[in-house]
Amino acid sequence: MEMITSQAAGPLTDRNHRGQFSRRKFLSYAGILGATVTVGGLATGCDKDDTDNNGVDLGTGDVGILNYAYALEQLEAAFYKQVTDMPYSGMTSAEASFFADIRDHEIAHREFFKSALGNNAIQALEMNFSSVNFSSRDSVLATAKAFEDLGVSAYNGAGRFLVNPTYLLLAGKIVSVEARHAAAIRDIISYNSFADETVVDNNGLDRSLMPAEVLSIAGTYYKTKINASNLPK
Amino acid sequence: MNILNLFNEIEKADPEIYERVNDRRDAFKHFGSFSSKVILASLPFAFGSVFKKAYGQTTPSSVLDVLNYALTLEYLEAEFYTTAVASQGLIPGSDNAGIVTIRDHENAHVVFLKTAIESAGGTPVSKPEFDFTAGGMYGNVFSNYDSFLAVAQAFEDTGVRAYKGQAANLMSNKDVLTAALNIHSVEARHAAHIRRIRGAGGAAVKPWITGKETGGIPSVQTVYNGEEITTQATIEITGINGFSISGNAASESFDEPLEKEDVLAIIKPFIK
Repeated sequence: MEMITSQAAGPLTDRNHRGQFSRRKFLSYAGILGATVTVGGLATGCDKDDTDNNGVDLGTGDVGILNYAYALEQLEAAFYKQVTDMPYSGMTSAEASFFADIRDHEIAHREFFKSALGNNAIQALEMNFSSVNFSSRDSVLATAKAFEDLGVSAYNGAGRFLVNPTYLLLAGKIVSVEARHAAAIRDIISYNSFADETVVDNNGLDRSLMPAEVLSIAGTYYKTKINASNLPK
Repeated sequence: MNILNLFNEIEKADPEIYERVNDRRDAFKHFGSFSSKVILASLPFAFGSVFKKAYGQTTPSSVLDVLNYALTLEYLEAEFYTTAVASQGLIPGSDNAGIVTIRDHENAHVVFLKTAIESAGGTPVSKPEFDFTAGGMYGNVFSNYDSFLAVAQAFEDTGVRAYKGQAANLMSNKDVLTAALNIHSVEARHAAHIRRIRGAGGAAVKPWITGKETGGIPSVQTVYNGEEITTQATIEITGINGFSISGNAASESFDEPLEKEDVLAIIKPFIK
């Protein structure tokens, strides 16, 4: 398994400590420590237990961004699980089939990040869906649309922070599926609104949002507090 | 479009933009001299000018190559949809608004990419001459809606794979990378919509790509080859961690990239 832990948690992706000491200095420090210290052993830490009053720390560098994606996928997967477990009355078979597909995709994304991050993965987060009325078709679809559009803008905005091209490609493989979801949900709500002017600008560009913006929007849905302050900026 | 929003977006995308263009006031002056009408018409140019000031001639040729490659694909899509919308009787009234949306996006992508290339000191490739019948294979592409949708689906899904395949080549310029990602997801929205229309019309196709299925268009198999994989970064997605994720769902949940040569081979029959 190509462990994200070994590469991403090492000094090469630890770019947040600019100002404390340079990467070159860091590497020379690392060199002094000698060959017995593995790259993984220098991880800056975002263990499952790395929680304090500031919330669950997503971590730094590529690991932080991947944990950020993992947190978003946890939210989406939990939402669609509940949608398919307690379908609103009058859900058509076509809608049910869409929701089941999307749920499975989001679970696949969530579990992929969990496996890929290994020991660097954040804990399972608790959700708060009290603002969603799962018995209302309108409420479910509106929430789905918001989550999918937000997911697209989150991945689009986070791509620039990834240092390892393998992770950038993986994020790219996922974001276009999220965009397909967004388009499908939007077309269910209002046909032909799959890419309307509320998400695509006059240059034909989708939105991209920074992690802080995304989490301030998504924050109401997390019962567990998330600390994104160590993410690349 | 709100010009201040654009600035906010640029600033978000590149917090140091104003240092690069001397200071924020200068950047605003750059825009402030336009009247509001002119701003609308020349927005991509204005955006490009800031780009140029910010990055000068330092844009590596590899980045310009990617942008020109993307421009070629956007030329193809833009002319395809422009011709389709202008073809009397092709698009049913209920679908017209959606196809017009796609047409407008593809034309905007052409303008945006040309501007980005020029402002980075490069020369945009010129538009090829297209043959959307692909030498007669899709002879009724602008008179038969099903044929049109089949070619549209192939173009959109190819576009998504093409941009994805270039992301890593744009990592040296974070703003170009972000712009490319923002186009990439729009192409995916288009693809999902076209696939949805085809699905509603009876084709065996969903908004997402299942295995390497073409949705009943055998002639475009190369667009989908490679989409069937269910392993990501050596992790098997089917049944991952004990969850009942089918092979189909595993393939659908990740879209796959295409290399440039594979993409060019796909679009070659459409270029005169």
